[in-house]
Amino acid sequence: MALLEIRDLHVSFATRDGIVHAVDGVSLSVDRGRTLGVVGESGSGKSVTALTVMGLTRLPNATVEGHVLLDGVDLLALPGDELRRVRGKRVAMIFQDPLSSLHPLYKIGWQIEEAIRAHERVSEKAARARALEALTEVGIPSPGDRLSSYPHELSGGMRQRVMIAMALVLDPEILIADEPTTALDVTVQAQILDLMRALQAEHGTAVVLITHDLGVIAETADEVAVMYAGRVAELGALVGVLDAPEHPYTWGLLQSLPSADASREQPLHPIEGTPPSLIAVPSGCPFHPRCPYVMAVCPREEPALLPTRPGHTVACHLPVPTRRRIGAAVRAPNARA
Amino acid sequence: MLRYVVRRIVWGAFLLVVVSALTFVIFTVFPSADPAALRAGRQATPELIAQIRHNLGLDKPLYTQYWLFLKGIVLHFDLGYSYQNSVSVESQIFTRLPVTLSLTAGAFVIWMVVAIPIGVISAIRRRSLLDRATMGAALVAISAPVYFLGLIALFLFSNDIGVVHLLPGAGSYTPFSVSPWRWFTALLMPWCVLAAAFAAFYARMVRGNLIDTMGEDYIRTARAKGLSERRVVARHGLRAALTPVVTMAGLDIGILLGGAILTETVFNIPGIGRYAYDSIINSDLPAIEGTVLFGAFFIIAANIFVDILYAFLDPRVRY
Repeated sequence: MALLEIRDLHVSFATRDGIVHAVDGVSLSVDRGRTLGVVGESGSGKSVTALTVMGLTRLPNATVEGHVLLDGVDLLALPGDELRRVRGKRVAMIFQDPLSSLHPLYKIGWQIEEAIRAHERVSEKAARARALEALTEVGIPSPGDRLSSYPHELSGGMRQRVMIAMALVLDPEILIADEPTTALDVTVQAQILDLMRALQAEHGTAVVLITHDLGVIAETADEVAVMYAGRVAELGALVGVLDAPEHPYTWGLLQSLPSADASREQPLHPIEGTPPSLIAVPSGCPFHPRCPYVMAVCPREEPALLPTRPGHTVACHLPVPTRRRIGAAVRAPNARA
Repeated sequence: MLRYVVRRIVWGAFLLVVVSALTFVIFTVFPSADPAALRAGRQATPELIAQIRHNLGLDKPLYTQYWLFLKGIVLHFDLGYSYQNSVSVESQIFTRLPVTLSLTAGAFVIWMVVAIPIGVISAIRRRSLLDRATMGAALVAISAPVYFLGLIALFLFSNDIGVVHLLPGAGSYTPFSVSPWRWFTALLMPWCVLAAAFAAFYARMVRGNLIDTMGEDYIRTARAKGLSERRVVARHGLRAALTPVVTMAGLDIGILLGGAILTETVFNIPGIGRYAYDSIINSDLPAIEGTVLFGAFFIIAANIFVDILYAFLDPRVRY
């Protein structure tokens, strides 16, 4: 059994405009030391899935169904205070914007120590020592001084390192990273990803990496889940999904990437249309209004997520040979060295 | 930081001069009763009025009058003598300061003790019955003028004209040094009346700020750390939500120290506000100037204090 297993998760929110079906039947899993990349546009349900694992969608207007199994224990069934003991201790999370995610009025050292003392009875001194150790481990220069810095005194990359230090200080089994590099400069992005990879290798942490950036996925993930409209469109090993993609939405994502070796005149190919409203999700396959290969069956029936080869599943009505042919053609011009 | 403070103090002193000039101009330009005639009493001879006018210096040109007044303040910290009874304005204000201070401090404690819990609870239990009820009541309290609320309170609870003879009524102020208990009971009604509108306003402000703060990313981080919800609200939410409230409170205290005119008048409390009211009725220019300057001083001082305090409350603020 996988370390973390999400089974048939449904999350919806009652809002003034109607019911938002943010996550609709998602099943995913990740194992120790592995990285699951979750990719999709805004509103594809990737962040809500992550927040639900943390129990952060337990809101009065939210309905959550399904299972989130951590070592076989269903987190969704845990009472609030038991879930609280898992949060931060066994499953930690880092967020997109490290400036707004750190409390602006408290010192960094205090914020890390608070994370330790939320779960362990340790002396102030011991907590401080571990906070210092954590800052050292994430490569912050002169970590002793930084303990008494405020978040606004650090650069964006340093702040994200602080977030990582705070998340990993209790050595959690799972780290959920929700767009951890989106708000950072490109050069800093690479450093943060390298750091996460190094820490993962050292601690054997399972990582769920949520991003809209296929480049980040290609560099870090072992498995990839492509999400669309709160569902998984394609799921498989990194090599399978990126080199032999079989879902029209994945093709669209790959084609919309600029490539360094393509000539400047070669236009980019954005996916036509906009992501669907999660209040009125299109019937059948939710991607059909934007799909260039749409068939008569697509608006009528929702395609099931079916295996196309070992460890690679796709939710699409197109015949497998057609998918393979187009997928190979899509991949060719963009193939990575 | 020090340079900033010095600059602010110089600017504040300049503002006080402007305020005094404006008060003087308003008093002399706009029609008001003749102070000399008021002082001379009924059936005074024109000679007596002229004599009084000369004694008070009212026959000198206006700019000379103002110059002498300003010189007195700057050189001797002397606010002049009341036209009405020749008592030094300064001594009048300083005798009345403890009264206004008592009124302000008590009201402040009441409004904060009421506003913060109500604000916090209605922010957390948003749209609950309690939230709706308290916020509705707050709207009523904000809209009710002090003189109306004060008269209602006197009519209901004072031990002379009240329906229920519960508390001492108007004009019963006793200094703390004479009798702490009578001081307390006499001020209880004015405190509550003065605090009502502030409590309502602050409850709404705490609620609004806390609701905004609880939607911040760092609150999500605090929850993700596995902190208890109580700690998330108290240490992370309130810490950020109360910073602007503290600022606001500093300014309001400054304003009230200059005299809560309506409350002191309704309850006939011998504070600075009551003195200001009386001096306006009597066209007593030195006393008007004195109370206005005193009020302006507290407001300016509170502003400077709050700006400095803010740098301590929010590390992002630098001067």
